Amino acid sequence: MSVIVVLIGFSIVVAAGFLVAFLWAATSGQYDDDVSPSIRILYDNDKHPVSQPDDTPKQPNINTNNV
Amino acid sequence: MAECIHCGQDCGKNPVMWDDKLFCCNGCSLVYQILSEKKLDRYYEMMPTPGIRLETDNETGSRYAYLDAEDIKLKLLDFSDGGVARVNLFIPAIHCSSCIWLLENMTSLHSGIMHSHVNFVRKEVSITFRESNISLRQVVELLHSIHYIPDINYNRRAKDDHQKANRRMIMKIGVAGFSFGNIMLLSFPDYLPGGEAIDTFMAGTFGIVSFLLSLPVITFCSSDFFMSAFKSLKKKVINIDLPLSIGILSLFLESTYEIFSASGTGYMDSLAGLLFFMLIGRWYQNRTYQSLSFDRDYRSYFPIAVTRLRDGKEEFVQLAELKAGDQILVRNGELIPVDSVLLEGEGNIDYSFVTGESIPVAKKSGDFVFAGGKQSGAAIKLRVEKEVAQSYLTQLWNEDNLAENGKQQMQTVITKVSHYFTLVILVIAFGAGVYWSFSDVGKAVYVFSTILIVACPCALALTIPFTFGNVMRVFGRNGFYIKNTDVIEKLTQADTVVFDKTGTLTHSRTMDVQWQGEELSLSEKQWIRSLARNSTHPLSVIVTESLPVSVTLPVDNYREITGAGIAGRVEGHLVLLGSRKFVAGTDTPAKSVVSSVFVSIDHKMKGSFLMQNQYRAGLYNVLAGLEPMQMHLLTGDNNSEEQNLKTYFTPGTQLHFNQSPVDKLDYINQLKERGRNVIMIGDGLNDAGALLKADVGITIADDIYHFSPACDAILQSSGFGRLQDYLHFSRSALHIVYASYIISFLYNIVGLSFAIQGLLSPVVAAILMPLSSISVVTFASVSVSLLSKARKF
Repeated sequence: MSVIVVLIGFSIVVAAGFLVAFLWAATSGQYDDDVSPSIRILYDNDKHPVSQPDDTPKQPNINTNNV
Repeated sequence: MAECIHCGQDCGKNPVMWDDKLFCCNGCSLVYQILSEKKLDRYYEMMPTPGIRLETDNETGSRYAYLDAEDIKLKLLDFSDGGVARVNLFIPAIHCSSCIWLLENMTSLHSGIMHSHVNFVRKEVSITFRESNISLRQVVELLHSIHYIPDINYNRRAKDDHQKANRRMIMKIGVAGFSFGNIMLLSFPDYLPGGEAIDTFMAGTFGIVSFLLSLPVITFCSSDFFMSAFKSLKKKVINIDLPLSIGILSLFLESTYEIFSASGTGYMDSLAGLLFFMLIGRWYQNRTYQSLSFDRDYRSYFPIAVTRLRDGKEEFVQLAELKAGDQILVRNGELIPVDSVLLEGEGNIDYSFVTGESIPVAKKSGDFVFAGGKQSGAAIKLRVEKEVAQSYLTQLWNEDNLAENGKQQMQTVITKVSHYFTLVILVIAFGAGVYWSFSDVGKAVYVFSTILIVACPCALALTIPFTFGNVMRVFGRNGFYIKNTDVIEKLTQADTVVFDKTGTLTHSRTMDVQWQGEELSLSEKQWIRSLARNSTHPLSVIVTESLPVSVTLPVDNYREITGAGIAGRVEGHLVLLGSRKFVAGTDTPAKSVVSSVFVSIDHKMKGSFLMQNQYRAGLYNVLAGLEPMQMHLLTGDNNSEEQNLKTYFTPGTQLHFNQSPVDKLDYINQLKERGRNVIMIGDGLNDAGALLKADVGITIADDIYHFSPACDAILQSSGFGRLQDYLHFSRSALHIVYASYIISFLYNIVGLSFAIQGLLSPVVAAILMPLSSISVVTFASVSVSLLSKARKF
């Protein structure tokens, strides 16, 4: 029967492992924002626009063609 | 109706076309152009009409030039090693999944941006960029060009603190849950028939392991309760945490004694379980609106830097460094940060944030200008009269910081209940202990500690978080955002409501327009409309909107004189629109604050448009619903609206006109001295003092993420018509709290009857204590959600 004591020791070590994982997740900020990860996962990476940006930021020109 | 593909607003009669798509304005179509050029048009596929519309034009000009100044940059950047820098920007406009997608694909907009990450809850984007390719100013201007305008200020400390506290709370819940689960496993034999038969070695090991597992619970997880109990003792008041701490400690000590004396198995499972539930309750209560700010001070309203003129050169200085006598330059759309005197240029100052009045005030050189207004029109030169902290409005704010500290701690229901509760329990415990000590001293100690254990008011402590926490969420769904759960209780106690007028009872943007003068022909109306639509002045916009839509005629010789009016030739007729002086040449002193726009055609006076504030829809119902509370009105305007207001308010209402911000503050003080519990409802900075001083300060805002003065609650203007419902709902919620208290008292009576007789076994404790907590939480949550359905929230 006293083998149960050993088993309890093991089970607590395993549970403590999960606790440490949880604490790490909390400190690393994984619970700070619970909205965007659920949205972010739906983006297709391959559809990311291929960017060939030029080095000067395009400032929008207000008085162009579309008036 | 044609919807703008960018922002979803009505395109009106003259939509802007681009790429065969309809837009409501140039601004929207420009963003579309930028995005489609960079192949980011998936933005429009993810969500329909995700864009943000800007009411004013999109020109940044030198608005963000101060971001080039080295000291300002250093303060804003989170990190910079000279090559790579990271900045965290608060962007109130973030609202949907398209926003997240676009902002996280900013690398495609500019190669200098290496990485961007959105925190949706805080409405922040963290951008890492190469400083050699793009400057902080360019990053901000880039965001501005796609209409995601960051709100730049130094005021991020409070949010970070909140985040830290939240993380710590989550960790505590995790630890408590871990201990709870494991101790429960070890205590399980006690609950089964034949559990007593377990051999002593095993029972001893289980006990010691439970004790070890409970150590983090009693130290780390319970620390908040002990600290708060200790603080309240120092202040000589009894709050709920004191009886809680007594209960937790006696639970722990009694269990430790039982385990190590091998006289029993202790109640460690109840201890860990209770803390687990109570921490969840606290966490639920503290889950407030992270992206809203309730405690903003003037620093978050004013820009962080201004243009100072020194020896003919422009330089950017931080606001705090501004000294009296300095000369500053304020451009179109910028705020005037200090009380100053106008030196050069035509001031046309919009004080809508201060007074709620959207019509700009004209100022000539030599005039004194109060801080807080926004200049529209050409740049003006000002001489600083007082330092920022000494300015009229900011000083009001500083005074209030003192007032805030002195804001009395209200005797909440929970503190009152805990006060008597603690006393009664201590009396019962001592009484029972003394009674038993005559027969059996060991038993007496046991009875004493088990009474404290079973009386632990966990159910009481859970009532408020779950009842008011749910009420808070119900309100939030309906556009009424509350700072914390205490505010709900204060709402229920209020017996006096004080209103501001402009911007609070009236709409801040729309107005009632009446034509006074000779009848206008259809073509004349058309001429006026064609002229007025050229100006962005709020009055011109109102005139344009009030006239029937028709063909837009070309205007020749268009002139706009700031603070006076506009003129132009339409179909050969000279049309003048503006102040009496501008149109007729004569100036009669205005009898009322009602704004009027005079019109002349071909030098012939035609009449005037009278603009009157429009009262918010549902005002009558709100006022009727608030009866029998005492109502007051404080306004900075004169009494021209008195007759109108009297139709809304009951005869006894006190209406006060020409009130300065300080008058408003003093008035609230007087009311409070008379023992009244005051709700102040206002909108502008001129109400800031009164809002802080009142028991509950409610700010009305069209855009809740926009700046609002420090307050206890923010009410979205669309929800104004239900103001009385919110108050009634809070009162009903208080009844739910009382009912929950009765339930938890019933459990306590049952538990105490066991404990007094010395019969409390771990099994009874383990069943009774979680059961009372769970039933109170269920009752509170279910009744609030039923109530919200019944009240159609």
